[in-house]
Amino acid sequence: MNSPMIHALDVHKRFAAVEVLKGVSLDVGKGEVVAIIGPSGSGKSTFLRCLNHLETIDRGRIDIEGETLVGADETALCRYVADSELRRICRKMGMVFQHFNLFPHLTVLQNIIEAPLTVKGLRRQDVLPKADELLRKVGLLDKRDSYPARLSGGQKQRVAIARALAMEPDIMLFDEPTSALDPELTGEVLRTIRELAEERMTMLVVTHEMAFAREVASRVVFMDGGEIVEARPAKELFAAPEHPRTRAFLENML
Amino acid sequence: MDYVMQIMGPLLEGTGVTLQVFVITFVLAVPFGLCLALLRVSRFAAVSGLVNGYIWLMRGTPLMLQMLFIYFALPFVPLIGIRLPDFTAAIVAFVLNYAAYYAEIFRAGIQSIDRGQYEGARVLGLSYTQTMRRIVLPQVFKRILPPMSNETITLVKDTSLIYVLAMNDLLRAARGIVQRDFTTTPFIVAAAFYLVMTLLLTLAFQHLEKKYAVYDE
Repeated sequence: MNSPMIHALDVHKRFAAVEVLKGVSLDVGKGEVVAIIGPSGSGKSTFLRCLNHLETIDRGRIDIEGETLVGADETALCRYVADSELRRICRKMGMVFQHFNLFPHLTVLQNIIEAPLTVKGLRRQDVLPKADELLRKVGLLDKRDSYPARLSGGQKQRVAIARALAMEPDIMLFDEPTSALDPELTGEVLRTIRELAEERMTMLVVTHEMAFAREVASRVVFMDGGEIVEARPAKELFAAPEHPRTRAFLENML
Repeated sequence: MDYVMQIMGPLLEGTGVTLQVFVITFVLAVPFGLCLALLRVSRFAAVSGLVNGYIWLMRGTPLMLQMLFIYFALPFVPLIGIRLPDFTAAIVAFVLNYAAYYAEIFRAGIQSIDRGQYEGARVLGLSYTQTMRRIVLPQVFKRILPPMSNETITLVKDTSLIYVLAMNDLLRAARGIVQRDFTTTPFIVAAAFYLVMTLLLTLAFQHLEKKYAVYDE
C-alpha cells in the first residue's frame, strides 16, 4: 500500500500550562476529504497548524507523503528535519486561513504569482496563463487587477484558495475558511472547495459548517479536549454518532 | 531689498552646508536605521538587547554632546582613538543619532504588521528574508511615511547644531551677519530658507503617501 498523504501519530502540543493536543493520530489518504469538527478550544485548528509547522509539536510524529517532517530519533522524542527539508516538505501543502491573510499591497494577480515567482523562481510569462486559469476557476478573473481591500470576504477567500493552488500543492489545509464570512458569502467559498473535492484534491478542512462536512467530506473527525473522540465516514457519524460527546455536540449545532 | 540681495551670497553658502549635512545624513541614516530595526526584532535576545542599548544611548544623550564627543574626545579614546575633520565628525554624529530614531520608526512599523502576513507568506514557502523583502517591508514603508516625514523635517532644522564645530551652516551664517550689521533681517531670510526646504520635503512625502494610497488595508 502507498503511504498516506498525511500520517500523524500521537501528536502532543502544549501552550504553557495548557495541553492543547493530547496525542492525536490521523491518517489521510490520497483524494480523501477529511472534515475536522468540534467545539472551539478542542485543538482542531492547532492540529492543522502543526501539520505544516506553523506550530511546533512537543511529541509525536508527522509524515507527509511518506517523508518524515518530525519524529523520534535515537536522541530525542521529537526532532524536526533540517530547515531546508522542512520547507520543501511543507510546500506540498497549501493552506487557507480564516482571515485570508492576503497581501494588501499586492493586486489579486500579484498575490497569486508572488510565490511561484519568488519561491519557485519561475518566469512571469510562464506563470501568468496558470494564474488566469486559477482566477477563472474561482470566478474572479474580472478582479485580476483589484487590490484585496476592494473585495468582499467571499472573494478574498477565493483569491486565497487560488493563491494556495498556484503553488500546486498535493494537499490543501483549510482552517475555518468560512468562519469570518457573512452567512450569505459562505456558499461561494464552499462551492469552490467542493469543486476541488470533485477533482480529488486531498483536503483537511477544519469547519463549523455541518451541512458542508456531511455533504463533501469522505470522513469526519470529531475533536474535543485535545483528542480525537470519533473519526468515521461522514454519513455514519452524522446519522449515528457513537460517542455521547459527539452526540451532545451535534445536537447543540442543529 | 537691495540689502537682502547683498546678504544672499553668504546665506546661500550656508544653505549649501546645511543641505550637505541633511542629504548625507538622510541617505546614510535611513538604511542604517532599517538594519538596526531588523536586528532589533531579531529572535536572538543578545542581538536585540545590544541594539536596544545603542538606541537608548543615542536617544538618551543630546546630539550636540555626541558631536562634541566625536570631535573633541574621540581622539583620546584608547585603541580606537581617531581624529576626524569637523565636517566628518558632524556627519558621523548625525548618522549615528538619526539612525537610532529611524530605527525606532521602522521597528514600530515592522511590529504593526499582522502575524497573519508572516504565516500567509510562510505557507507559500517564502523564507524569512523573502517575507521581509517582498511582503512586510513594502507595507511598512507605507505605514511609516507620516512619522518618517516628521523626523526628517526635524533633521533639516537640527543641522543648525553643527555651529558648535564652527561650521558655517545657514543659521550661523545668518547670525554672523546679524552681529555685524545690527539688523534682524538675515534671521527672517534664514527662516524663509528653512521654510522652503521643509515645504519641499513635506510635498515630497505627501507625494509618496498619495502614491502608496492605491491600496487600502
